[in-house]
Amino acid sequence: MRDWLVRNRIVVGVVAMVLVVAGGVTYVVAEVGNQGKAAAEPGTASSTGVRFVDNGGGRNLVSTMDAAGNRTTGTMQCLRVYTAGGTTVCLRLTLPGAYEAAVFDSTGAQLRTVPLPGTPSRARVSASGKIVSWTVFVTGDSYLSPGGFSTRTGVLDLRSGTLTESLETFATSIDGAPDKRQNENYWGVTVATDDNTFYATLGSGDKTWLVKGDLRARTMVTVRQSAECPSLSPDQTRVAYKKRGGRLGTWQLFVLDLASGKEIELPGSDGVDDQAAWLTDSALAYAKVQQGGEPTIYESAADASGQPRVLVRGASSPSPVG
Amino acid sequence: MYVASTRSGKENAPVDGVRTSRVPTTVFLLGTVSLLTDISSEMVTAFMPVYVLVSLQMTYVQLGLLDGLYTGATALLRLAGGYIADRVHRHKEVAVAGYGLSAVMKLAFVPVGASALALGGVQTLDRAGKGLRTGPRDALISLVTPSKDLGTAFGVHRTMDTIGAMFGPLVTFALLSWVTYRPGPIFMISFCFAALGVIVLVFFVRQPRLERVPGKVASLRATVGLLREKRMRRTTIAAGLLGLATISDAFVFVVLQKVSGLPSTALALMPVGTALMFLLAATPMGKLADRVGRWRVFFGGHVLLLGVYLLLLGPFGGIPLAAASLALHGLFYAATDGVLMAHGATLVPAHMRAGGLSIVQTGQALARFASSVGIGLLLQNLAFGTTVLLAVGALTAALVGVYLLIRPEVSR
Repeated sequence: MRDWLVRNRIVVGVVAMVLVVAGGVTYVVAEVGNQGKAAAEPGTASSTGVRFVDNGGGRNLVSTMDAAGNRTTGTMQCLRVYTAGGTTVCLRLTLPGAYEAAVFDSTGAQLRTVPLPGTPSRARVSASGKIVSWTVFVTGDSYLSPGGFSTRTGVLDLRSGTLTESLETFATSIDGAPDKRQNENYWGVTVATDDNTFYATLGSGDKTWLVKGDLRARTMVTVRQSAECPSLSPDQTRVAYKKRGGRLGTWQLFVLDLASGKEIELPGSDGVDDQAAWLTDSALAYAKVQQGGEPTIYESAADASGQPRVLVRGASSPSPVG
Repeated sequence: MYVASTRSGKENAPVDGVRTSRVPTTVFLLGTVSLLTDISSEMVTAFMPVYVLVSLQMTYVQLGLLDGLYTGATALLRLAGGYIADRVHRHKEVAVAGYGLSAVMKLAFVPVGASALALGGVQTLDRAGKGLRTGPRDALISLVTPSKDLGTAFGVHRTMDTIGAMFGPLVTFALLSWVTYRPGPIFMISFCFAALGVIVLVFFVRQPRLERVPGKVASLRATVGLLREKRMRRTTIAAGLLGLATISDAFVFVVLQKVSGLPSTALALMPVGTALMFLLAATPMGKLADRVGRWRVFFGGHVLLLGVYLLLLGPFGGIPLAAASLALHGLFYAATDGVLMAHGATLVPAHMRAGGLSIVQTGQALARFASSVGIGLLLQNLAFGTTVLLAVGALTAALVGVYLLIRPEVSR
């Protein structure tokens, strides 16, 4: 047997290569053939209907589901998408390792593209559709802190066309004292209805802060600690954010009442890592991955009454359909 | 068979001497194995950011923590892989184990899912496979090549290796853009490339027969004892010193983008520039090293790196600065990566080749890791320009030290 193998090793090798290629091609063709079916599965009725990225369909196409749960698959391919006030921001791949933010108006005409310095993580549009923001992860300069990471958050004002490439250029004060840190990161912007006030996350060292900022004055002040990826409610009275509170230090979603300072935990959100989107003043949507599964969009009551329910499977990046 | 004569310093023609090509077929076959494996691993590297952030809806926070572990695990396994290969006279089998481990790990990504710890574990095992195979693989190249052609052979291997590394991200990009974002098919295609590499190694590459000479056993004591030999010890120290003064690619690219004033998207293209120059120049540089001396070319490569650092101070800007810097950076790799192994192969007797090469390589890798951690700490307090100036000073000092240390003993 061993002699036979030695004598015929070239033939055996070629046969093995053919088998690997055939097996791989068969698997991939079957998987890719199947992926279209997932996109046709109806979702669940929701408060408003949602727009999202369809991950289950494999092409990451922006899709919509109306309030009754009927799905329509679009043609725009995005890693992150958000729509508000008629404006859509789509964070997408342009070249190997290169990404851009593309901004569209309500007719689908492309208004502007901005090259991004890293992998898309968050995307938001203010309620008026005038202020667009995003956060990307920069993997190239993680040397800044050994074992650390780095983010860049950009803000684009469509009224003036002003582009802030990084919030790091704003003046920040931490607990009332001007900030002189070198190594700091910002992520997860949410803009108020005045199109000037915003909330975001500041991370530096092993701490994170919820910051409140002013776009015109280019300033930020810290509000409280350990609150990440804020999302302002449509009525402007509450902020939803993720905070490490679960077992094993996982994130959970919380809603803070800005007037009273009272914070409530949303049940069933353990392990979330997303910037929640308000569908209405009483309902939030967010994506979460179940162990070994695909990302799934959940809807949760903002007053913490009851468990979250599944809106769409194999989907992420929810925003309300107006 | 070819018997390495390592200390005579004379050119040593292969005894069977009937080669038509200057570079043995085995080197091309090992180059093919590396090309396929690099397509596989660079596909995954290019997919990881999208996979983690989009498919798993995770942020990077926990992933970076394991970087130190990777480097440590790779270094230890590199030494172990080299030593074991010598010990059991089976370079090929140890290399198969390393390539095989990395291949199988490609199938483990999807099952472990969104667990940062398990994902880090899979990546660590993937890199452990790389550590295990490097020493035996380089030893195989050196054992089948006449010593006068070692530079060329390693140059050809590194060229093929880098071609694979350039194709990997393109394959991932094509799949994402036109076929699918689903992780299953992407990891499966990556696995298939790796499996093809393992098949080429298993069925087409032959272990060169080394005669077992009594008294020439690659014991642990003898392998470590290689460092008692003056040229070997000085080479290891010199490579380590230069490694300490070598700043990481990531830092070079980030500074270059800032200094040249190019948009931040240029960051994604910079590694391509370096790799392109590396693959074009690796074989010619290897040939040059065979002619004028490997150590001389290795040393010259670091002088080119000093040129890169000086350009990072920004004597001019824009695309010319980026192009000049990346060309020099690629030439630096072409003049140092394979050439150091070609030089090392002339210092280590054949029966301890894998272990000896691993020692030289591990010293260099650990020094480079120490340098990147050091730079990280420096940057918390210093500006980019000051850090680059410090690097210029450190590399100049290392070059002077190494010049004085090595010159009389190993000028070849």
